[in-house]
Amino acid sequence: MLSIKNLHASVEGTPILKGINLEVKAGEVHAIMGPNGSGKSTLASVLAGREEYEVTEGEVSFKSKDLLDLSPEDRAREGVFLAFQYPVEIPGVSSTNFLRTAVNQVREYRGLEPLDAVKFLSLMKEKMKLVEIDQKLLSRSLNEGFSGGEKKRNEIFQMAMLEPTLSILDETDSGLDIDALRIVSNGVNQLKSDNNATIVVTHYQRLLDYIVPDFVHVLYNGKIVKSGTKELAMELEEKGYDWIKEEADKATV
Amino acid sequence: MTTITKDNITDSLLATVHPNGNSEAAQVIRENGFPTTKHEEYKFTNITKRIESKIQSFQQAKPLGLTQQDVSKAMIKDLDADVVVFNNGQFSAELSSLGEGYAVTNVTNSEAPFSIKDLYDDSYLALNKASFEKGVFIQVPKNKVLDKPVLLLNLVKANDGQLITPKLWIDCAENTEAVFIEQTVSQDEQAYLLNGSVEIKTASNSHIHYYRVQNQNNEALEVNNLLTDIHRDSTFTSFVLSLEGDMIRNNVTLNLLDSGCEGNMYGLYLLGGKTHVDNHTNVDHTKPHSESNELYKGVLADTSRGVFNGKIFVREDAQKTNAFQQNNNILLSDEATINTKPQLEIWADDVKCSHGCTTGQLDEEALFYLQARGIDKKQGKALLLYAFAGDVLEHLKIEAFKEYCIDLVQKKLGTNF
Ligand SMILES: Nc1ncnc2c1ncn2[C@@H]1O[C@H](COP(=O)(O)OP(=O)(O)OP(=O)(O)O)[C@@H](O)[C@H]1O
Ligand SMILES: [Mg+2]
Repeated sequence: MLSIKNLHASVEGTPILKGINLEVKAGEVHAIMGPNGSGKSTLASVLAGREEYEVTEGEVSFKSKDLLDLSPEDRAREGVFLAFQYPVEIPGVSSTNFLRTAVNQVREYRGLEPLDAVKFLSLMKEKMKLVEIDQKLLSRSLNEGFSGGEKKRNEIFQMAMLEPTLSILDETDSGLDIDALRIVSNGVNQLKSDNNATIVVTHYQRLLDYIVPDFVHVLYNGKIVKSGTKELAMELEEKGYDWIKEEADKATV
Repeated sequence: MTTITKDNITDSLLATVHPNGNSEAAQVIRENGFPTTKHEEYKFTNITKRIESKIQSFQQAKPLGLTQQDVSKAMIKDLDADVVVFNNGQFSAELSSLGEGYAVTNVTNSEAPFSIKDLYDDSYLALNKASFEKGVFIQVPKNKVLDKPVLLLNLVKANDGQLITPKLWIDCAENTEAVFIEQTVSQDEQAYLLNGSVEIKTASNSHIHYYRVQNQNNEALEVNNLLTDIHRDSTFTSFVLSLEGDMIRNNVTLNLLDSGCEGNMYGLYLLGGKTHVDNHTNVDHTKPHSESNELYKGVLADTSRGVFNGKIFVREDAQKTNAFQQNNNILLSDEATINTKPQLEIWADDVKCSHGCTTGQLDEEALFYLQARGIDKKQGKALLLYAFAGDVLEHLKIEAFKEYCIDLVQKKLGTNF
């Protein structure tokens, strides 16, 4: 489904990603871990099409299309979904109005009829249950004044509404208490199927007890320096990142 | 046809003064000439030069051969309103459809019903007063609540860059309520100078709204003066939506002459191309316990230019005044500019005044967020800009007019202007 080959990317001339290789197949869950500043969000942003990041080398194909060639909105319409590490507050734009515009533009791209107000509301109701999000929250401006947990839940709610094929969750678990973590993970798990895939970016092994990964990758200094199964996450939890950094630094010398 | 040069624009414009015209006003022009950028109030808006460069000869525009059909075509969709028509600047009783219970009369140049003091001796206002041909006087009698808004329709077509001079007086007696909506509809894309003025007087406890839409042709030059004397316990609200035009200057003056007055001024300008819009507002608090609210917002693209100048006077007697002013702008291009200036003159000591102005760019982070959810860039921009600007429209009273404005604004924001 997703194939990343030798991906290099820079911000304002500074290289951040330095040759990423990653293959994700339908039905899989991949976890990406790594120390602060290693490039995890950069990778997520490059995949979603954020303009500040310049791809200097490499290629990314998604469902056999050149992903890097598509605008951010077309990537979303093709089925890429990024749950933001820091969801943006947008005063004056109601969550409902925003979502209806988004859902219908995505449907149009996929050759589906737009949803009328009634159908849209019933879809919303159904998906709201999934992440136990309150109607009141959605009548407010998008993310404005939401607590950290509410913002993260709203991301997963949007994901549920848009039914992506590839979801990239950038630290959706950070700052969540155990109840919120349970709700969010539960939502993600229910949306999982054999036809879609998930990449979870996280600092905490705890999340992986709820969303069980097939593969765990460690990103360090712009490269995937180690890949394994969920046991690798346990090892990282126990030993930290220093041993990986040492290994990686030795290898580059 | 004569060619206008810098030296003779004053003479040329003076030549349009009506033979029986207001001689005091003509005197103001003779003494002051027309403002250049040396003039403090016109520092950023060189309209005189603009007029010189675009218009070759001045002549008071003549009425057009308009029919009722032209009027119908110019109506605002779904707006149920009485209609007062200005045909190329001159009041036309035949084309108007007036309501019951208030008087609308024709005014010739020598019989002005009243004159509201202009603090600035503006030469364009003086020109308006001295040169109009057929003005209108609307009188709303005591206790009259107009059941429909009054649409003031300016139908214009000035081929040779003529001067169009609509002139209006409104006198609202005690306990009256009325909404006036001014709309100019241009029949072609020729340059012209529209130099209009409206003078409004309200007695006590009246609630008057004056709305204006500027979305005509992109060659239009305009100077508008709206002057009001507001008396005890009355509320006056002005609103202006500016979308198209070459260069537009709007002067609004609210004289709050007694206690319990409320003056509101709202404006929204969404400018592209080379359009230049200057909003100069004055509110004068003279007695205790009055309030003013002012909110102007702008979005400027391309090489457009905006000017906002908001004066608030609070006189020594005007204790317990509340005055609020806000001007917020978004610049969509590096070449668009805004000059914004609040000017507060406060002589009383027990007052609450606040003012603020902001100028920013579109929030790229927010735009990316919308795109990442499948919303295209153009529509994402429109959503964000509407979220920024739309609240100004919340203050409008007539639902059909509000819908009309929302529609105009969304259309404008939805194009890559
Ligand atoms: N827009 C930007 N401008 C400048 N530098 C940036 C920008 N975005 C990221 N960086 C830099 O790139 C590096 C990688 O950042 P990134 O946010 O991808 O790390 P991360 O692995 O997600 O970290 P964290 O665990 O803290 O979320 C950091 O050194 C960061 O300072
Ligand atoms: Mg990050």
